[in-house]
Amino acid sequence: MATRGFEGRRPPAELADRIPPGQSLTDGFPVLSAGPTPRIATADWAFTLKSGPRPIKKWSWAEFQALPQTKMTRDIHCVTKWSKLNTPWAGVTVDDLLADAGIEPATPFMLAHSYDGYSTNVPAADLLDGKAMVATHYEGKPLTPEHGGPARLLVPHLYFWKSAKWVNGLQFTERDEPGFWELRGYHIHGDPWREQRFRGD
Amino acid sequence: MRVDAPEEAAHVAWQTATIEALTPLSARVKSIVLRPERWRPFQAGQHLDIRLTAPDGYAAQRSYSVASAPETEGVYELAVERLEDGEVSPYLLDIAEPGDAVDIRGPFGGHFVWDAADGGPLLLVGGGSGVAPLMSILRHRVAARSAVPACLVHAARLWDDVLFRGELLALDEDDAAFRLLAALSRDTPRRPQDTGRRIDAALLADAITGLGARPRLTFVCGANPFVESVTTLLVGLGLDPASIRTERFGG
Repeated sequence: MATRGFEGRRPPAELADRIPPGQSLTDGFPVLSAGPTPRIATADWAFTLKSGPRPIKKWSWAEFQALPQTKMTRDIHCVTKWSKLNTPWAGVTVDDLLADAGIEPATPFMLAHSYDGYSTNVPAADLLDGKAMVATHYEGKPLTPEHGGPARLLVPHLYFWKSAKWVNGLQFTERDEPGFWELRGYHIHGDPWREQRFRGD
Repeated sequence: MRVDAPEEAAHVAWQTATIEALTPLSARVKSIVLRPERWRPFQAGQHLDIRLTAPDGYAAQRSYSVASAPETEGVYELAVERLEDGEVSPYLLDIAEPGDAVDIRGPFGGHFVWDAADGGPLLLVGGGSGVAPLMSILRHRVAARSAVPACLVHAARLWDDVLFRGELLALDEDDAAFRLLAALSRDTPRRPQDTGRRIDAALLADAITGLGARPRLTFVCGANPFVESVTTLLVGLGLDPASIRTERFGG
């Protein structure tokens, strides 16, 4: 039912099909975090790939920078209702991480872990085939701490809480294990085109 | 760990709410009291989603924190601040009238929440309409007769921008375990405990000292640069980052 007196402000027609339901365009880059911004020096940074509890490979910052670097420009969608188009990232794809570790996907599910204790679950299929990366650069510059630097996960086709900031590891899990927000009422998968914001959506 | 109640399908369904009252809280912020068809219990600190629909079916959604206490059944009070280039806030502040209907769902949120059983001391830091969820927490603390020490540091430009000022001043008078500290960036403080400057480390240290012990939980809500600056100061004062919960808005 229409809201009396509401006209609204529509996005430009040529962009309308890039904006998922319930989202609004922003030119800014809002920050959403559950707590204070952790500040991690690259000298102290490391990234660990695990299968269950077992570490498979660990990279230092220098080793990570020596992996194949990929650029990716994508639209991103935050569950708090903003979308931002054409965001340019660079980093290492999850495919290249697995290749460097010399493994095939161990299970169909992954959990991303972060320095602040945050975690989020993403099916392996949503991370592979060039769909996702561990991003270290935004707009050609090192990723700032507010936006998740030194490194954040980038899974642009899912709501942005899945793109864990301050990421320090990926772990294959036997089951689809809910992460931080998924345990607190957010949707287990988070597809913006199906408006999977909250559990039950 | 607390998780959302299992009543998920009902919780996520949109429903109609009637605007019962619109009251200015400051030059830029109005209190909006909504009466939904089916009021759902919630936790202090949670937010509602609001949806406005144009005649051609175009719809816009936004999230607003609930400022009323979970004990105030039947209604949700919001504190809506005007964003000059906004799409939804100008409608709610300038066009909406009591009796109008909007779509809502929720309340939602499982992290920026406080229950009296969580205990204290409790440090609350809000900028502008970021005070809304902190107000819900304080009202819940009163309604639940919780005696945990609590301090609200309210950042505002002017004394007249201090939201819910009458209620907060009365609580400050009546409740020995509660302190209001106003940090006024463009105004002269009216009370000795308030300051005529932005929130800084000295003010936050004063707030923490007044609690008698390190806060068990700290809630910070406001525009992102505000939250970033306050949380950096709090971590610098030695608070455990895991004890600090944030809610940020704006780009």
